[in-house]
Amino acid sequence: MENTIVKAENYNSYFGDNHVVKDVNISINKHEVIAVMGPSGCGKTTFLRGINRMHELIPGATSTGKILLDGENVYDMNAIYVRAKIGMVFQRPNPFPNLSIYENVVAGYLLNGIKVSKADKDVIVEKSLTSAALWKEVKDSLHKKGTFLSGGQQQRLCIARAIAMQPELILFDEPTSALDPISTSSVEALFHELKANYTLIIVTHNMQQAARVSDRTAFFYMGELVEFDDTKQMFTNPSDQRTQNYITGRFS
Amino acid sequence: MFCIRNPKFVENKRLQLSNSQLKWEVLFKRILIAMSILLVLIILGVLTTLIIESMPSIKALGVGYLWGKVWDPVQNIYGAYPFLIGTLLTSFIALIISVPFSYAIAIYLGEYNPKGWLSDLLKNTIELIAAVPSIIYGFWGLFVLIPLVRELEIKFHVLPYGYGILTASLILAIMIIPYGASLGISLIRMVPSPLKEGAYALGATRFEVIRSVIMPYTRSGLFAGVLLSLGRALGETMAVTMLIGNTTTIPTSIFATGNTMASVIANEFTEADHTEYLSALIELGLVLFFVTVVINLIGKRIITRFTNN
Repeated sequence: MENTIVKAENYNSYFGDNHVVKDVNISINKHEVIAVMGPSGCGKTTFLRGINRMHELIPGATSTGKILLDGENVYDMNAIYVRAKIGMVFQRPNPFPNLSIYENVVAGYLLNGIKVSKADKDVIVEKSLTSAALWKEVKDSLHKKGTFLSGGQQQRLCIARAIAMQPELILFDEPTSALDPISTSSVEALFHELKANYTLIIVTHNMQQAARVSDRTAFFYMGELVEFDDTKQMFTNPSDQRTQNYITGRFS
Repeated sequence: MFCIRNPKFVENKRLQLSNSQLKWEVLFKRILIAMSILLVLIILGVLTTLIIESMPSIKALGVGYLWGKVWDPVQNIYGAYPFLIGTLLTSFIALIISVPFSYAIAIYLGEYNPKGWLSDLLKNTIELIAAVPSIIYGFWGLFVLIPLVRELEIKFHVLPYGYGILTASLILAIMIIPYGASLGISLIRMVPSPLKEGAYALGATRFEVIRSVIMPYTRSGLFAGVLLSLGRALGETMAVTMLIGNTTTIPTSIFATGNTMASVIANEFTEADHTEYLSALIELGLVLFFVTVVINLIGKRIITRFTNN
């Protein structure tokens, strides 16, 4: 499969003895928007954090199985390298409060101590902010602190920060759950544009959002990947009874 | 008409006596206020006493008291300069020695090992250091530090007194480490984990997260902790008196003996046999009071600003 970017093989995650993600097998194609949905505590966020090895930062967290990124198991690579290669956007916008908007965009380079010339940085900042649909709004205040922006702008700044590292894959952990409806739609609109250059995996507890933005949807329930299918197909004609129940709101 | 239906309350006479009830409420509040104000008044009283009692010295010596280099009660010459220098020197050297330790402890117990029995044990032990009476540190310094400093002095080919600025600074450093460390631990534990995760997700190592996220976020708070421990070092008396050598000369090196304002007062107060001598000692106390108050105020202001953000 030339087109596969992420492939999980018998992937399991644990918090201590608590088995949170159970034997997940999934294969995600390049330039797809994947929504991962399911009720709270179903393991969707834990699965996402397993992909870029953020899961193991929590004391007592372990995992087994393989996550293949372009055919290579991330658990055989250096965790630092994996995290630098895969972009991630979090539930709450988390720009670095001590850095300006400009510095926030190139934070990945600053943090890793990678020397970049001023001219290159200017290019990276403009390109990343443009891709994150934020350039027009902030181009005159690049040296203000990132925390002065609105919630939606902060979240797009965090997306720009991830894009600046030139990832192929960007993970979103409920990226709009802390945002107001207008900011939410601005971020959702962005997903459609990002699709051209990146693969997006979006964890969401919002079914409508999954339906709106994704090409394919994965439904997690009690730690299991119940169903993974074309989004339209899943929302109109799910093959599993549990998916059907979730979509029709019989449990949440 | 509005009436109380609950029979238990209808029978309760206190409901009708609401005025006297209210009186007690008001009185209680007033007692609380009075007790709080009393303490402030006492501090102001202390300050007033210090000012009044040091008046003879202030009148006789003026501002020159602060810069006077000679302290000779027999000749009735009083200059606070050697002790001002002694106090500031010991405190700042102690600070320089203690800061790496308090930061290291704060980072380890705040970030690397914030939970569990080992963490609790270490944190409590470190906080206990602040609770040990200073005379015990003085004794320990006499028996352990002084011989060690003597060896060092022999190696550096200076007179091996053992007593002096360095010895006093070392003991002060140990005594103030918990102040900076304990505040630092709480501050570092307060750094929001989304911020740290944001950095980890960009491929930062733990050291890079500490350097670029935790340190900038807690910088002003950690600095305030340093100032608070400085305030403690400035006023410390007993342990310093036992180790500094108690000479009235201006210290010329870290191995030199000297004296601090607090320990001069402690040493000479009982010998002060005439008004001017006594007054000069009290003025020393006044100076110390101001120095510590100013340092503490600055520290508190930084902490408030930090916690408001």
